[in-house]
Amino acid sequence: MVENRPFLTFLAHLVLILGVAFVALPVWIAFVASTHDQATFLGGTMPLWPGSNMWETYRTILVDGVQSSGAPPLTMMMKNSLLMALIITFGKIAISILSAFAIVYFRFPFRVLAFWIIFVTLMLPVEVRIMPTFKVVADLGLLNSYAGLSIPLIASATATFLFRQFFLTIPEELVEAARIDGAGPMKFFRDMVLPLSQTNIAALFVILFIYGWNQYLWPMLITTDEKFYTVVMGIKRMSDVADSDPQWNFVMGSAMLAMLPPVLVVVFMQRLFVKGLVEQEK
Amino acid sequence: MQTKRTTFRSYWLPYLLIAPQLAITLIFFIWPAGQAVRQSFLQEDPFGLSTKFVGLKNYVKLFHSAEYLASFETTVIFTLCTATLSMGLALLFAVAVDRMIRTSSAYTTFMVWPYAVAPAIAGVLWWFMFNPSVGVLTYALDVMGYDWNHRLSGTDAMILVVLASSWKQISYNFLFFVAGLQSIPQSLREAAAIDGAGPVKRFFTVVFPLLSPTTFFLLVVNINYTMFDTFSTIDASTAGGPGQATTILVYKVYEDGYKGLNLGSSAAQSVILMGIVMVLTFIQFRFIERRVQY
Repeated sequence: MVENRPFLTFLAHLVLILGVAFVALPVWIAFVASTHDQATFLGGTMPLWPGSNMWETYRTILVDGVQSSGAPPLTMMMKNSLLMALIITFGKIAISILSAFAIVYFRFPFRVLAFWIIFVTLMLPVEVRIMPTFKVVADLGLLNSYAGLSIPLIASATATFLFRQFFLTIPEELVEAARIDGAGPMKFFRDMVLPLSQTNIAALFVILFIYGWNQYLWPMLITTDEKFYTVVMGIKRMSDVADSDPQWNFVMGSAMLAMLPPVLVVVFMQRLFVKGLVEQEK
Repeated sequence: MQTKRTTFRSYWLPYLLIAPQLAITLIFFIWPAGQAVRQSFLQEDPFGLSTKFVGLKNYVKLFHSAEYLASFETTVIFTLCTATLSMGLALLFAVAVDRMIRTSSAYTTFMVWPYAVAPAIAGVLWWFMFNPSVGVLTYALDVMGYDWNHRLSGTDAMILVVLASSWKQISYNFLFFVAGLQSIPQSLREAAAIDGAGPVKRFFTVVFPLLSPTTFFLLVVNINYTMFDTFSTIDASTAGGPGQATTILVYKVYEDGYKGLNLGSSAAQSVILMGIVMVLTFIQFRFIERRVQY
């Protein structure tokens, strides 16, 4: 702050408080909706303060599932989401760190070509090549499986770039010292590169976990068996009931639970999250 | 391309290390993309029994189709509105946080968490608030005398998806604007203040021009976001309707291909979209290279 202007400071606080309220409003409304019973919504007005039906709602969606709209219990969908998110996260980190290591620490024919092939994945988001990718996965027999849910999303140009960028900053002397001491590439990778990359891995973990958990189109396309429904796509099925209003308390309760894990990750690992996000784009 | 001065030597190890990534990329990215390109030159008969090569016919048809051109227009409007709204609000909040000393980290925490909310859930949340029968905001608008119904009015539906998509993106833009503001040297602002420039003038003549690299970068990222990632927001709130009012290009690929099974046309649309992403990625990287140089 350059000079002391109480009015501007007041204005800034006001803007921020309004901003925080704007950001929180939809979630507050969803929370309130999840604490009332079904009958409340029939009147056509929505209360703004929580009701007394909270435990009832969450118990129903978590344990029994909302039978009338064909949704399995949320615990199962959340387990699927968690598995999918974790496989995607660890898979992406593992294959990216290995390929970045190969690209930085080796000179081999077709190295630049390989780099460009990986780079191309940046330009081909799932959304623009839905049909052919679906066909490939179907031909491989991966529909309705965890492998089909996660493997096609595992390739990652951004993670590879991030690791490549980071490896280029590791001092040359470390490799030289390791080679003089007779360490092979994999020993160097295990004892030097991996420990040095810890913070980067953790930061990427936060970003990629959110990415994996929030997948929507892909799980929707390739799961028809409710055993493999993930929670983010399951909510859409719950809210898409024909000929009647959705059961708002259940839909909103599920939405609350579906955003809880990634939001907690962001709030508790904020420093890592910001690092991962800002560096990813450098 | 850069490597280390000292490298390891092995004829097979680097290939082994890079193999998983390449295999997944080839099977799930390059091959389907190639298929899309091939399919875009083919036409299937209505029973799916035979396909024949039709050259550029699918593309020509697309650009003569009023629906597709309307979808282009929808995408442009949607992208511009969402990018402007989310970047504008984010900049406002970032400038406000930049004045704070003790409370800035608390405000930041309260600002950034929507990043973690799935676009689909953002769609569901706003769809609920604007629901014609029980929505809170619908009720508020009704009291003010506006009859909101995004199931009937295309404009209402567009406002709904713009709000939902911007809401989700504010946190991302906010973080980058805060980082950008913090990297502006304090001495520049002090010098401007000594020369008698007030806070508003300082913002427009010193701070905002220095933020332009961040702003430009965010603009590209936001265009990318609204063109592709908002698929789920739209699917969960308006499903492209009413009519075609919120059918952006990505949504049309999905509708024509997965629901309408018009494979040739859907593939041609995919190819056009890939072209757009390539241009955007190219701009983004050109710009980043430039930024690194100064």
